[in-house]
Amino acid sequence: MTSLSFAGVSVAYEKSTAVHPFTDTVRPGEWLCLIGPNGAGKSSLLRSVAGLVKYSGQILIDGAPLDLRSTRRRASLVAHVPQAPSIPDDMTAFEYVLLGRNPYVTYFGRETASDRDLVRNVLDRLDVAEFAERRLGTLSGGERQRIVIARALAQEAPILLLDEPTSALDIGHQQQALELVDRLRREHGLTVVSAMHDLTLAGLYSDRLALLHQGHCVSSGPAEHVLQAETLSEFYGVSVSVHRDPDGTVVVVPRRTMPLA
Amino acid sequence: MTAPVPAPTATVSRRSWWLVIATALLALAFLFGAMIGPAGPAWWRVPLELLDRLPFVSVDSGASKLQSTVLWQIRMPRVVLAGIVGAMLSLAGASFQGVFRNPLVDPYLLGVAAGAGLGATVVIVVNRASTQSWPVDPLPLAAFVGGLVAVLLTYLVGAAFGASKASATLVLAGVAVTSLATAIQTFMLQKNSEVVRQVYSWILGRLSTATWDDVRLVAPYVIVSGGVLLAHRRLLDVLRIGEDEAQSLGAPVDRIRLTVVVAATLGTSAVVSVSGLIGFVGIMVPHLIRFLAGASYRRLLPLSVLLGAAFLILADVPGRILSDPAETPIGVVTAFIGAPFFIVVLRSRQGATR
Repeated sequence: MTSLSFAGVSVAYEKSTAVHPFTDTVRPGEWLCLIGPNGAGKSSLLRSVAGLVKYSGQILIDGAPLDLRSTRRRASLVAHVPQAPSIPDDMTAFEYVLLGRNPYVTYFGRETASDRDLVRNVLDRLDVAEFAERRLGTLSGGERQRIVIARALAQEAPILLLDEPTSALDIGHQQQALELVDRLRREHGLTVVSAMHDLTLAGLYSDRLALLHQGHCVSSGPAEHVLQAETLSEFYGVSVSVHRDPDGTVVVVPRRTMPLA
Repeated sequence: MTAPVPAPTATVSRRSWWLVIATALLALAFLFGAMIGPAGPAWWRVPLELLDRLPFVSVDSGASKLQSTVLWQIRMPRVVLAGIVGAMLSLAGASFQGVFRNPLVDPYLLGVAAGAGLGATVVIVVNRASTQSWPVDPLPLAAFVGGLVAVLLTYLVGAAFGASKASATLVLAGVAVTSLATAIQTFMLQKNSEVVRQVYSWILGRLSTATWDDVRLVAPYVIVSGGVLLAHRRLLDVLRIGEDEAQSLGAPVDRIRLTVVVAATLGTSAVVSVSGLIGFVGIMVPHLIRFLAGASYRRLLPLSVLLGAAFLILADVPGRILSDPAETPIGVVTAFIGAPFFIVVLRSRQGATR
């Protein structure tokens, strides 16, 4: 199992700073969920780990700086599922998941038989083997989401980054996808960092939440600590009521500002 | 519970089936191309004549010495050159479509065609007659250099105004450079209207004057360029999911794009310099293959080579017969096939997305 540390990581674009120095350590096997309003810097933080944006500060994987790794080595440590993955309609599911093996294939090389076996194995485990030869364009949203997660899993990276993994799914498929991630992280000892909008689901599945606001981490800790009505109304500008179920689940319910007629 | 996964051999054998069919088609096209045309041996003697040339095989084809010369010095170089040009154009087209992630992109995209046209025009205008006696014909060379300079200019303009990742900027720079080169060419033609005919016959593409020298001239470039492009077929598949995601999978996106664009440009410039501008091949052939055999570049690139060659060899045949004794330029033939093909493609795409 692998730990992921941020030591004063900041991300700046040409005109604005998306993430102000962020420091945190995600323990091996932990699931950290980044929450916060749109534009808070959640995606930028994930993209910095995935090597897609420049950052200053240090990102450490098991204590070793990430920026010293080659792109291929980094890709074998960190798998990133973007918010809106681009899905080529005419690519088969098998071809798509096989792309996850890219970090292990040399520039001019080809995938070996064991790469293909591994992909078949991943498809089996996610119950999507029946889609292997189907074109992605013919799959439903929930099926595609599984295939995308399968690709990330084929990367065999110990750290999994999920950017809004459920935003395009209905409530049933949201639960399915998150259950799947939870199962996989237990089976494989994955360290997970996700960005999510649904606060109840975020609190339900992750071990810890970090609330970002305008690039600053303003609150971090277990769900019952971060998900408080006053905190949320301050940073999201919403009126919510927070309930605690007997089993410890924290439920965040929006409130109408206009009284019901 | 898991459904059985198709055996790996299923995909492998389907892929090699396509290769077998495409190779057979190319062989047929080659034979057909060698059989048709004026002044050669009777068509049925051609296969015998070809067999006779194989090592350890001796067949009497019954063709006269003159007919045999026509076949080997006029028809064969033409067929071989058509094959090389067709293979290169459709391979370059498919590769450009891969790096720019747009199936409608064409091998002339970055200004190769206009630059080569300008280079050829300069030579013809400056004085075609005086160059006839040169040991090396400067026209292909000028076209080659013109094409490369235009693409280099496109790159400089694109890099000056766009971030390294903006493919759209590069394409727009290509459009600007193309317009500039075309404008200069038009200006030169206006000042020297007596060479318009000559320039146009070059621009519309011709294989009729092909010699073995032309084949020897382009072969090294095409082999290098083709080899590099074919070696990138797996990486082009990785690029299909977009630059960011390819990058997050550890693919060196900038390096792949630069290498593929340089190789495809080099190959295109080389074939343009001997054949003129032959349109539509680089879009039509890859498109047809995508439709028939799927969009994976691992299949698309090798099939583009085989079927691109077969297509252009066949497309060169009607030109020899249609307006006998004059030739119909091959660029006109491919445009006649390509334009309606395009309309059909656009229609079916529209139907598919609704």
